[in-house]
Amino acid sequence: MVRTLLVRGLLLGLLAGLVAGVFAFAVGEPRIDDAIALENAAAAPGHGAAAEPESATHGHESGTHEQETGKHEHGEEVSRGTQKAGLFLATGLYGLAVGGVFALAFAGLRGRVGPRSDAALALAAAGTAFAAVIVVPFLKYPANPPAVGDPETINTRTLLYLAMIGVGLLSTAIAVTTARSVRGGPWARWPAAVLAFVVPVAVASLLLPTVDEVPDGFPATLLWQFRITSLGTQLVFWASFGTLFGWFCDRAARAPAPAPA
Amino acid sequence: MSTLSARHIPLSHLVPWLLAVPALLLLGYLVLMDNGAVSQTGGYLHELMHDGRHLLGVPCH
Repeated sequence: MVRTLLVRGLLLGLLAGLVAGVFAFAVGEPRIDDAIALENAAAAPGHGAAAEPESATHGHESGTHEQETGKHEHGEEVSRGTQKAGLFLATGLYGLAVGGVFALAFAGLRGRVGPRSDAALALAAAGTAFAAVIVVPFLKYPANPPAVGDPETINTRTLLYLAMIGVGLLSTAIAVTTARSVRGGPWARWPAAVLAFVVPVAVASLLLPTVDEVPDGFPATLLWQFRITSLGTQLVFWASFGTLFGWFCDRAARAPAPAPA
Repeated sequence: MSTLSARHIPLSHLVPWLLAVPALLLLGYLVLMDNGAVSQTGGYLHELMHDGRHLLGVPCH
């Protein structure tokens, strides 16, 4: 049983990862190209990038731009074309890893917490995971396009990001425990659960340091579009994965099953 | 609201499979967060996964 779930999670995770890759490629790559064009324009003191629609002149004095550029020149051993192909490798492998962990968590939750039906549990678990592991860290440390972010602080930012994932998971556990202990029907249970989730997240967000590394003059619209696209990529992944996993559970339940152990 | 229904999978069946979790987390780490320290490929893996990292929303340089 666990083996079946794990294989299902790995394969459907890979598939959902590729679906998210298609979305990211179609909607996200133009935003990345725009950001890299700004980065290169800021690097070239002449007007080498005059053909670019966005004006990058504001970024010239920025110290972080200089550092960022150095990093990217170093990284040009991988061409932009290869990076765009690498996008599908990244989202596919991400889906594989996430799908496997999800399936094992699902196996542990099944019959212990959440909806009785496998399909409903799959959708509820995927929605909860998206809220806890993606939306919570995103609200505090939103995604950034290339050219935004100081390479020197990457380790600190990664740790803070992981801390917010931890906060999201812990708050979910607190919310589920609260929901299970509150008596008095859904009008008492749901607000209590939501409060038990939101309060720790809000407290942690206030206590953890803010990261503000957007260079002067970086277009706010591009930043917003990139961030929404990045959240959209994760939404496409979790929606596809939850739906596929739930659908396969439903299909397996309908199939004439051999005598249960 | 009972804690256990007949649908639960006994922990003894589940535990051996949990050995897969560190391997899966390592894979996730290599895709999303490694900067050459574990993979020993310099920045190659990082640059190959570059666009995916940015669009999946993890911190990047």
